[in-house]
Amino acid sequence: MAQVINYFSSAAIPVIIILIIAYGLKEKTKVFDNFLNGATEGIEIVFKMFPTLIGIFLAVGALRSSGLIDLIVNLITPLTNLLEIPSQIMPLALLRPISGSASMAVAVDIMQNYGVDTLTGMITSTIMGSTETTFYTIAIYTSVVGIKKTRGILAAALAADVAGMVASTIICRILSMSFS
Amino acid sequence: MLNILWPIFILLSFIYALISGKINEVNNGIFSSVQDAVELSITFLGTICLWNGLMEIVKRTTLIEKLTKVLRPLVHFLFPELKKNETAKQEISMNMIANILGLGNAATPLGLKAMKTMQKENPKKDTLSNSMMMFIVLNTASIQLIPTNVIAIRSSLNSQNPTSIIIPVWIATIIAAIVGVFCTKLIIKKVK
Repeated sequence: MAQVINYFSSAAIPVIIILIIAYGLKEKTKVFDNFLNGATEGIEIVFKMFPTLIGIFLAVGALRSSGLIDLIVNLITPLTNLLEIPSQIMPLALLRPISGSASMAVAVDIMQNYGVDTLTGMITSTIMGSTETTFYTIAIYTSVVGIKKTRGILAAALAADVAGMVASTIICRILSMSFS
Repeated sequence: MLNILWPIFILLSFIYALISGKINEVNNGIFSSVQDAVELSITFLGTICLWNGLMEIVKRTTLIEKLTKVLRPLVHFLFPELKKNETAKQEISMNMIANILGLGNAATPLGLKAMKTMQKENPKKDTLSNSMMMFIVLNTASIQLIPTNVIAIRSSLNSQNPTSIIIPVWIATIIAAIVGVFCTKLIIKKVK
């Protein structure tokens, strides 16, 4: 099972790239021009993310090197043990619904410090891939039509986030067990 | 939010470092962190540009329109009140497909359009309608076929298998969406 998933995942990128380009050619679009336009947008994404990355890395770097993060992690460990989430991931879990670029920066920091392919790194990636910046999404979608009363939609959206995070943790745990 | 959290983190770290005598570590720590941020951004540039370029090719084809038909039964089930509103259903399906394909930039404008269409037949203009609630919750659950940004960052960090998260992401995102839909249906019944 684990090997099948692994093989499928490795084949995914080449297959996706082939399909995208073939489909673009089939519809006679300007494949290369479109690629360049998209890549230019990519530069903008990284440029916009850069100041946040600096700011968050500064804060996380200070938290880490002062030893304060260890203290905090130790304090919240009983709670995270209850949810089966590794305590190193807790800062990400708390920040994820609030800010997209800040949570991405924290995710990068976690993967750099605890490894990309470790259990912690896998859970971090899965959480980033399976959840959204809930507060931001609700804010833009309600403000565009000028709606003030949101009937507790935040509760439903946050419940979905928590479910996604707990599910990410459990799935990665099961996968890493069957790999080893 | 971050305007409060960010200074607290930094101030507390410095105070804690002063007390525990780790001020030198913090000095080095903050400068190497900033250096890391620069190096990472440069590695991200390559992979994020690659995926954005590929996704732009998809955006310029008719793939989104074609795939909307697949979603019809699901949209009927999730938005029972939009029976006659074909425009809204079409916009919702297009937004969902764009999200599933990982085309965040295309999904948001389509989603905002769908919100405006739904607002037209919303009886209480200052309150979210049932359909709107369902729609927003689906958007916050981020159902994605290819989590391109995460894959890009994983390969920048020299992962041995950057795409190994695809299947875990599918499972987690579907569970999140189901919980979201369930809670929304519950709220629709209880909160008028």
